Amino acid sequence: MAKQRWVDISVGLFVLSGILALSVMAMKVSGVSRWSSNKSYHVTAEFADIGSLKVRSPVTIAGVKIGEVTRIELQSADLNAKVTMLLRQDKPIPFQDTSARILTQGLLGSNYISIVPGFDDDSKSAHAYLRDGDVIARTQEAMILENLIGQLLFNIKK
Amino acid sequence: MLNRLATLGQSSLNTLQKIGQSGLFLGGLIIRKPDFLKLWADLRHQLYFCGVLSCLIIIVSGLFIGMVVGLQGYHTLEKFGATTQLGQLLALSITRELGPVISALLFAGRAGSALTAEIGLMKATEQLVSMDMMGVDPIARVIYPRFLAGVIALPLLALIFSAVAIYGGYFIGVDWLGVDSGSFWSNMQVSVDFRADVVSGIIKSIVFAIVVVWIAVYEGFYCTPTAEGISQATTKTVVHASLAVLGLDFILTAMMIGSW
Amino acid sequence: MNHQLNPANFVEISQLSFKRDGRSIFDRLDLVVKKGAITAVMGPSGSGKTTLLRLIGAQLTPDSGEILVNGTNVHQLGRHDLLAVRRRMGLLFQSGALFTHLSVFENVAFPLREHTNLDESLLREVVLMKLEAVGLRGAAHLMPDELSGGMARRVAFARALALDPDLMMYDEPFTGQDPISMGVLVRLIQRLNQLLNTTTIIVSHDVEETCSIADYVYLIADGRLIAEGSPSELLKSSQADVRQFMHGEADGAVPFHYPSRPYLEELSDAE
Repeated sequence: MAKQRWVDISVGLFVLSGILALSVMAMKVSGVSRWSSNKSYHVTAEFADIGSLKVRSPVTIAGVKIGEVTRIELQSADLNAKVTMLLRQDKPIPFQDTSARILTQGLLGSNYISIVPGFDDDSKSAHAYLRDGDVIARTQEAMILENLIGQLLFNIKK
Repeated sequence: MLNRLATLGQSSLNTLQKIGQSGLFLGGLIIRKPDFLKLWADLRHQLYFCGVLSCLIIIVSGLFIGMVVGLQGYHTLEKFGATTQLGQLLALSITRELGPVISALLFAGRAGSALTAEIGLMKATEQLVSMDMMGVDPIARVIYPRFLAGVIALPLLALIFSAVAIYGGYFIGVDWLGVDSGSFWSNMQVSVDFRADVVSGIIKSIVFAIVVVWIAVYEGFYCTPTAEGISQATTKTVVHASLAVLGLDFILTAMMIGSW
Repeated sequence: MNHQLNPANFVEISQLSFKRDGRSIFDRLDLVVKKGAITAVMGPSGSGKTTLLRLIGAQLTPDSGEILVNGTNVHQLGRHDLLAVRRRMGLLFQSGALFTHLSVFENVAFPLREHTNLDESLLREVVLMKLEAVGLRGAAHLMPDELSGGMARRVAFARALALDPDLMMYDEPFTGQDPISMGVLVRLIQRLNQLLNTTTIIVSHDVEETCSIADYVYLIADGRLIAEGSPSELLKSSQADVRQFMHGEADGAVPFHYPSRPYLEELSDAE
């Protein structure tokens, strides 16, 4: 019967659009990680203060997103924050002298990590680029508004 | 005074009995082993009635809700200079709350009441009894496919609602109010976690689906088989289902915000 | 007990008692339906005749007493066996109770689809045969809301016959029918019984039509049997309540007036 066919087709379309909506939600809205683990690697860095950095905050070089924060832990030894980042494999980052800073998007925006690459003075050395498990030694903590205001007031008083 | 207490006690006991009866009804419904071939044919039909025919109201409502949230959100965020956060505001409120809840309420009003009325009418015209006398289990043949169709349809409708709403907000925010498209999506993607937000929204809508369809089917099956009885049952379905959705939403949100 | 008291009887009801909402509907009723005969159960409105059919079909359970259908106590059967027994019964409802979402053809085909594995062409033949028997083969494609009341009832008849049951029960088949439809139904019920020897129970309060085809009549009032016998015996009965019912007298054993205070007393209250 023609009606039966129409019923079946429309039910199929309905289910399909539901699944489509699900994938839209997954991909566009929530940004499920586009990088599978064999095309990316983990590095860590320790910060004295991470400000309002969150898991999934972006990691950028020169303003371009090349990864995201996957884990934030408090180190029990020296009470620093150890941040684990997942980075894309296709853009190698020099190991020597690389530093990571925590910056703010806009004035009141959320925090993100910006990596300033070091110099690759000896590309033939064994450990030229960042590898999985490396630690970025040089870090700069987030700018905390209260500290800034405190400094400002202190300077004004002087 | 004592009389009032007695009436209160009596109605509480009645309510308790109804809850118990509906619980047993649901249990009996789920336990039945269905005849898959015949179930499949009926299921397709019921999915058409519950799902496809609800699509229009869901899409239109989703669009309007998304646009309103976008508009209101923009005007509030503008005061803090944080309009780039519009995507995040929109996505989180829709996927976590508005999507599952509003689509469940709309579903209860449209499909739930239709379900109750249909089953009530079948009861009033003795169709269920005659099916029973023919040796066909009316619960397995009439009630179960409708129940299953509702439980499948509502989560899908909720997803469609959410997706349409977000695009509605995008349309208002980016095309009309000038929020930057790039930051709209990227801020959204940073702050919306698939597991915590989207999946919890899906879980909510599945729970809502079970409760709404259960109430609709129960009220229809146990209604007084007269015209007045059916109208009362339909009203009860919409009211009870809506309240249940809102109450469960609070409970589920409280459970989920506690992280899991 | 699972033995048949008398193999010539298809349905045996012994000491049936049934209460609903505190009211006693049946009080130790004894009734017997002979195989292959048309048995009528008549009585005033509200005497529980429809309830009796539901009890026989095991939709309701008696408070005491037992009902044997073809030797089996229907209320002791498990779900599966009960379904099997019900397949051998046909029940024609007062309203017809056609499935409103199915066409006439699909309505009649429903029991066949549910309980048999006939392929489509064979099924179609059987359905058309049943519709032909009730004279509605040409209406096979219509939907129930397009049928008149009489036609709907005939379709329901065809549906009840679909599996060729051993026992046919008719709940008020003549109520509200025009004379032609009534005549048609009477003829169909009689022919069915004659041709296939189907045991038939008719529940009705239409004295004339029912007595024209019934072999045996039971008269029930106030939950008890007040008379039984062949139609001619009952028509000649001198029992007051039987006479009032059979001849349609306005006042007699069943009073005309609803119980109330004396007339003059109530009128004088107004002053």
